[in-house]
Amino acid sequence: MTAVARPSGPLRDTRLMAALANAMRQDTWTIALVLLLVALLVLTRLINPNYGPFNVTSLAMAALPVALAAVAQAIAVISGGIDLSIGSVMALTSVTAATLFVGASPELSVGIVLAILLMGVVIGLINGSLIVLTRVPDIVVTLAMLFVWGGAALLVLNRPGGAVTPWLRELMTGSLLIDWLPRALVLLLTVVGLVWIPLRRSTLGLSIYAIGSNRLAAFRSGVNVGRTRIAAYAFTGLFAAAGGLALTAATGIGSPIPGPYLLLSVAAVVLGGVSLAGGQGGLLGPIIAVFILALIRADLTFLGVNPNYAEVIQGAIMVLVVMFGAYVTLRRRRRA
Amino acid sequence: MSSSTATANRGRGPLVPLGARMWIRERPLVPLLFLLLGLIVTLELVRPGIVNATWLANTIKFAIPLAILAAAQTLAMLTGGIDLSVAAVASMAAYLVATQAPVHGPLVAVLIAFGAAALVGLVNGIGIGVFRVHPLIMTLAMTLVVGGVVTVYMLSVVTSGVRVPAELNWLSQQTAFGFLPHSLLLFVPLAALILLGLRRSGYGRLLYALGDNETAARLSGVRVWQVLIALYIVTALLAAVAGMLFAGLLNTASAQLVNGFLLPSVAAAVIGGTSIFGGRGGYAGSIVGAVILTVLSTLLQVLGMQEAVRQILYGAIILAVAAAYTRITEDG
Amino acid sequence: MTTEQVVQPANGLLLEATGIAKRYGAVHALRDASLSVLPGEVHALMGANGAGKSTLVKILTGAVHPDAGVIRVRGEVREVHSPAEARRTGLVSVYQEPAMVPDLTVGDNLRLTGTPLEPFLEMVAELGIGKLDLRRYARELPLAVLRVLDLARALAIKPDVVLLDEMTAALPADLTEKVLEVVGRQRESGRSVIFISHRLLEIAALCDRATVLRDGETVGVVDVTAGAEQRIVELMLGPVEGEGDSATERPRTAPAGGAREDEAPARLSVRKLAAGTHLHDVSFELHAGEVLGLAALEGQGQDELFDVLSGAARPTSGEVRVDGKSARFSHPADAIRRGIVLVPADRALGLLAQRSVRENIALPASAPPRRWGPIDMSGEQQRVQLAIERLQIDTRAQSEVQRLSGGNQQKVTIARWIAGGVRTLLCFDPTRGIDIRTKRQIYQLLRDLAEGGAAVLLYTSELDEIQRVCNRTVVIYRGRVVEEMPAAEADEPTLLRAAYGMPRGSQLPKQLAAEAAARAEVAT
Repeated sequence: MTAVARPSGPLRDTRLMAALANAMRQDTWTIALVLLLVALLVLTRLINPNYGPFNVTSLAMAALPVALAAVAQAIAVISGGIDLSIGSVMALTSVTAATLFVGASPELSVGIVLAILLMGVVIGLINGSLIVLTRVPDIVVTLAMLFVWGGAALLVLNRPGGAVTPWLRELMTGSLLIDWLPRALVLLLTVVGLVWIPLRRSTLGLSIYAIGSNRLAAFRSGVNVGRTRIAAYAFTGLFAAAGGLALTAATGIGSPIPGPYLLLSVAAVVLGGVSLAGGQGGLLGPIIAVFILALIRADLTFLGVNPNYAEVIQGAIMVLVVMFGAYVTLRRRRRA
Repeated sequence: MSSSTATANRGRGPLVPLGARMWIRERPLVPLLFLLLGLIVTLELVRPGIVNATWLANTIKFAIPLAILAAAQTLAMLTGGIDLSVAAVASMAAYLVATQAPVHGPLVAVLIAFGAAALVGLVNGIGIGVFRVHPLIMTLAMTLVVGGVVTVYMLSVVTSGVRVPAELNWLSQQTAFGFLPHSLLLFVPLAALILLGLRRSGYGRLLYALGDNETAARLSGVRVWQVLIALYIVTALLAAVAGMLFAGLLNTASAQLVNGFLLPSVAAAVIGGTSIFGGRGGYAGSIVGAVILTVLSTLLQVLGMQEAVRQILYGAIILAVAAAYTRITEDG
Repeated sequence: MTTEQVVQPANGLLLEATGIAKRYGAVHALRDASLSVLPGEVHALMGANGAGKSTLVKILTGAVHPDAGVIRVRGEVREVHSPAEARRTGLVSVYQEPAMVPDLTVGDNLRLTGTPLEPFLEMVAELGIGKLDLRRYARELPLAVLRVLDLARALAIKPDVVLLDEMTAALPADLTEKVLEVVGRQRESGRSVIFISHRLLEIAALCDRATVLRDGETVGVVDVTAGAEQRIVELMLGPVEGEGDSATERPRTAPAGGAREDEAPARLSVRKLAAGTHLHDVSFELHAGEVLGLAALEGQGQDELFDVLSGAARPTSGEVRVDGKSARFSHPADAIRRGIVLVPADRALGLLAQRSVRENIALPASAPPRRWGPIDMSGEQQRVQLAIERLQIDTRAQSEVQRLSGGNQQKVTIARWIAGGVRTLLCFDPTRGIDIRTKRQIYQLLRDLAEGGAAVLLYTSELDEIQRVCNRTVVIYRGRVVEEMPAAEADEPTLLRAAYGMPRGSQLPKQLAAEAAARAEVAT
């Protein structure tokens, strides 16, 4: 009578087959993104035969802050929230780092990096706690905090300035082992992997997905919803701070004016297959999406397109891809 | 005991006496008006004599375009959506009017601007209503597109120059009797239309219905896409009106003219008590919210706060009002 | 966490709640509720909708904090702040909406709650679910399975007290049977069950004692022995209404159906309809002036059938004719235009929870774009008022529908269509989880509508409703009509046999036959 008991469809698929099918169904979007990225790389090579390791490494370096912002946003979104203050938090951590790095020895700057990451965690804890304690929707609280952290960034540094410690810059410049493997990419995957893989397998990770999926069911399953939300925002803050550091390292200075990271992070999260409703998706998709967006931009430049048109085209592509994604989800839901 | 924030659990001891909360719940405007009064009194205390006819006229002048942007935001939020493209559309409309008026005359220029705005709204509406893209994403992406298009356009018309028509200056800058801005001529009927429309028109009811329960609306025969396309065209047109008023007020136009008012437009609606999840709220609160934000901005300026501190306070106040509002309206 | 041996408290009670009160805004959900559960008993918690059962459950499991009252577990005063904490004190609850997180796999859902796998799988097997893939996402499983898994998860940790809220409401008959069996067995090991159900027969068959709530107060504790049902109903209904209602409870003789059939084309005619994966070949005719019953076990294609008829889904093949003319609906609006309207079982699908009763009832009137303009407020007020009176909706809390009781909410979803004049009404299990009094009002209303010339199609999961309300009935099994008969012949054993796809006159499986006989006995 029930779906699991009903003998419809072939019953003979082995456990492995079932697992594979499951993985395919879950990760179709990510696989499609990888294919798209590869196709874009091929296309780039066709447009610009000189496109080589150097371009790849500089692309990766430029994309690093965006990718970290996307990771930060993805965690907030998976937990069923959203963080509009991401750009401001990156600006605040970036200017703080740039200010502290001035005249700091390499040894001291290790401490500074750690302190900045800790600062990100604290900012996230504050954001999360305010959301939980005031019971105001995430989007409104982080909107308010966008002003607060932005103002704080201006207090730290009134205009772009500061410095960066050389080793941090070197960590994300150039390539590793082979020419085609940018250090920035390795750094990104290491940092994200070190935090995310253990988290994903822990009960906390499950809880983050659970509260994003269905808060009431999670609560009734014994999840401490409030604490889990705060924890998710702490991770968001951590990665936003990492993004701020990457920003300082990439530009050599800190700027108190928030970049377009809020917009880009949300775009990457959606392109990356993380449902804005929460509870679904991972971090790989958004990271790939960031590189896809960056490549499109680079290609347009190679094609000699006016940068302003490039913005229009990038926006239009984003609109179309998102529409397509929404359409596919809609079809799938109808069939089910 | 953080677990008590789960939706399942609203069972906390009330902070405000129940009777008072019910009373305020039915009349959400009252505490907002008290807040506004408080801000004005503070302003007068900080700088005695500042609250006069000129101040009143200036406040109204700046509050009106913000209140119109907030109207767009309120309508979108009632359906559980949001329109982040209002600022881009408003800037576009302002820029189109300022560049087309010298060539075709103000009336044609205004029509062109409305046409362009309606087109953006149509695209938003199709994306959100037909393809079911999340409104936040759709309107954010359209912000990029519109901003880019206007910049491209800006480069192509750089020779003809930007000149805001005198009619717009008259409408949004000048006052009658020294304290009644002409823009009230536009705003009062517009606000009345929105306020009445939300309560007593079929379309207004549908906006609330969509925000409350889209499935229920569909099962009742509502074609959701029609409502949403109409909605985002309306919000774009409202944004265009606001953009033109801003152009007249600031006597300039650019692709970024109105960008700084995007978040305040959301803030005004939130302060006014419209739920970001839809189904609950109204325009009266948003109007008061827009005035509060305008007075607040004056107050912070008068206090000589530097930009940084002003931003922080601005954020803190949005949060405080939203939190207070949540406490008052939440179920016991 | 798990206490294998139940320690006997001084007064012999496992769980005791006294003087529990809880207020939501102006509404007193509970005034003075009490409940005491002995070790090794199945204890029914009864009450009409709005009597406060759900609130009491939430308080016992820590989801809600009471304004007053004391809860003792094994004689010790406990303050429970969350379901997790309640679980640690040995009290686990299975709610009406399953506490399975949709976007996690079944396996991850178990990890989330720290449920041991082996006992869980044993329980699942005992509950009659043969094949379970732990890697399936909860969102992919049907509601009935989720509820059973939820129960298995609760029982797997061997709690002292398990609390079941309308556990059998959305279950097909075969699963219900297994669930009742397993639940009954709990008492053998000295564990207790608090059992909430609207189905008196289940209470009679399963429970030892029953606590009855009315208007937020405990009005009686009844030993469930022969004839206790009558006493329970009396307590639930209160002193006055009890007598008047019991008269209407007798199954009405079905009016002679089909008198007008030959004159006009059928209001709704369905031919060889197939849709989705469950609906394969269904044909029937629905005429003006009749209530046509639809009986089926869970998931036999009735959901798809209603989706197609109400315009929410398109058929893969077959034909629907309305008043003799072919109809293809691509949106509920199309169906509504042809006079076909739907009352869904799940009130969350039908209601604007934060809006007023009036706005909910007037909603369909604003749907077509030509009605987007100004509303005739006084005309609307009149129409709404008529519908409210006709359905006897309790409008004390009408500013927000979510403050109404479940029964009143369901009435609002019906009133919406009455207000505009109804031609063809599709009712999908409209009385699910509703108290007896409201059920009777809905039966009466459906009959009245049919007598007034409307055509009503009623799917119900409670088979006794077929004879109470319908003129004719069709039975669907595996997406096909297997039986069509006048309501007079459609007693429960007959329906049950047909619903299991067995030919007329064949023997029912032993247990089912016994169950049906027991029901028939209680009914007479």
